[in-house]
Parts: sequence; structure tokens; C-alpha cells
Amino acid sequence: MTAVQIMALSLVALSALLVVLTRDLVKLTIANSIYGLVLVVLFLVFGAPDVALSELVVGAVAMPLAIVVAIVKERGE
Amino acid sequence: MTRAGRVVLLVLGLGGLLALLAIAAADLPAFGSVHSAYAAFARHAAYADRHAANSVAAVVFDVRGLDTMIEEFILFAAATATALLLRSTREEDAERAEDHGEGDALKLFGIGGVGAVVVLGLYVVAHGYVSPGGGFQGGVVLATAAALVFLAGTYRAFRRVTPQSLLEGAESLGVLAWPALGVGTLASGSAFLANVLPPGSIGSLASAGTIPLLNAATGLAVASAFTLIGVEFLEELFAERARGEEGRS
Repeated sequence: MTAVQIMALSLVALSALLVVLTRDLVKLTIANSIYGLVLVVLFLVFGAPDVALSELVVGAVAMPLAIVVAIVKERGE
Repeated sequence: MTRAGRVVLLVLGLGGLLALLAIAAADLPAFGSVHSAYAAFARHAAYADRHAANSVAAVVFDVRGLDTMIEEFILFAAATATALLLRSTREEDAERAEDHGEGDALKLFGIGGVGAVVVLGLYVVAHGYVSPGGGFQGGVVLATAAALVFLAGTYRAFRRVTPQSLLEGAESLGVLAWPALGVGTLASGSAFLANVLPPGSIGSLASAGTIPLLNAATGLAVASAFTLIGVEFLEELFAERARGEEGRS
């Protein structure tokens, strides 16, 4: 395992922890998309560009958008 | 069940899962090992038989094409169910809420971004079988372009580029292309969804037989399904906002 791969793995673990520990919903959405982005790097350095592409659009764009809509609706704004 | 009982059950369950995972991990091939019977088969099937430079696309759209067709059906069912559930709670002719656009900087960035994202999405779909990417990834990128219109522009602009009837038609067409092509291959005397077209020259857009057709159909279905789900969610949001404004005035 190369140094870059170990770094990517640790970053994913760290940002996953950040997602779990964040309580504020808006901050959680931001933490979640950071986690998605770090996961993209992980897939890329492990040689899975196809999966990285899927994760990039789903994790960093589609999912935060769905969560933001849910938050706005829940607050009744 | 008492609290102590639940804790015992949890410890037993977690311990058992950990033990099973440890046994499974001990049996895995070494990290970075390239010797796998399936990988060798997939490589051969992609490069030698189908002339598809991206072996992932060859597996998804050909080797396990039937699985992917059923995945398409699942996506179709999910989008349809979302639309059905959300539409039933909405009044058809409810007054549409107006929103003001965002700041100039975001607008400028968004307008520039939409075109670039559309081109990127089309590129990722079109080159799915020669480079990383494909119908699924490119389709979601295209749906993101529609979302960008909403984020940087207004809701009205977003709805103008995403008429529901067009989305529904495009999604159905993309999903239906799968069984239609399957019946076509049956009619030509081969197996369902067999790659019956000439493989062409590897690395070019005219390669990989039926894979480009199924890839394009998937791109169409995914782009319109994701956009439709987005439309239904946002429509719900703005219908609620309109109801709130009526209540206040």
C-alpha cells in the first residue's frame, strides 16, 4: 500500500467520524459532501475511476441537494 | 426485554459479526494481488471479444446485461413511486410560488457552469465504453446541470428546462430500449441481450457492438429519472411555500 493510499484511507475515516459527530443539520450536509469528496479521492488512488465518477456526482452534488431540500421542508420555510 | 438482556444480545451479535469478518478477511487475496479468475475473464471478454476499452462497461452492459436491465427497472420504479407519492398530496392547479434569483456572482458562475456540465455529461455518456464513465455517471452529471439551473437561476427557469412530460417520455424510452434490444437479439437468433453487432475497432466510438446503444439508453434513463425526482421534490417544496404564503395573507 502506498503512502497516498494510506492517507486517503485515514482521511475517509476522519471525515466519516466528522459526519457522525456533527449535530447541526446544515453543518452535517457540508460534512457529508466533504466525506463524499474524500471518498472520490480514495476510489481514484485505488484505481477505480468509474466508481470515483459515480461517487463524485452522487456524493458531492445529488445527495447534499436532496438533504438540503429535506431540511428546508422540515423547517417549513 | 431488559436493558441487560439487550446489551448481552448486542455484544453477542457484534462479537459474532467481528469473528465472521476476521475469518473472511484472513481468506482474502493479498492487497494489490492481480490474480483473480474473474478479472482475467472480464478482461478477455471486454478486450478480445467485445473490443470495449473499458472493461467495466463491457461487464455492466454486456456480460451481466440482464442484471443491468433489471436495475433500470428498479430506477424506473423508484422515480415513478416518488412522483406518485408526492403528486397525490399536491393540488394540480395550486398557485406556483415565485422565487427571486440569487446574487449576480452566483448567477454568472451558474450560467457558465450549466453549459460546461452539459458538455461534460454528454462526453462521459458518449465515451463510457472507451474511457472511465458511462451511462450511469454521465446521466447523473446531466441531471446535475438541471439542478444547477435551479441553484444559480430561479425555480421558473428550472421548470422551463424540465417539462415533466418530456422527462417522463425520455425516461420510459431509455428504460424500454433495453427489453426492445433484447427482443431484437432474440429475433436475430441469439440469446437475450447478446452482443450481436460487429465489435469494430477497439478504442474508437464505433466499437463494442451493442454496448454503445445500451449505454446511451442508460444515460437517457438515468438523466431523466434523476431530474424527474429532483423536479418532484422541488415542486413539493414550492407548493408548500405557496400554501404558507396564502395562509399568511
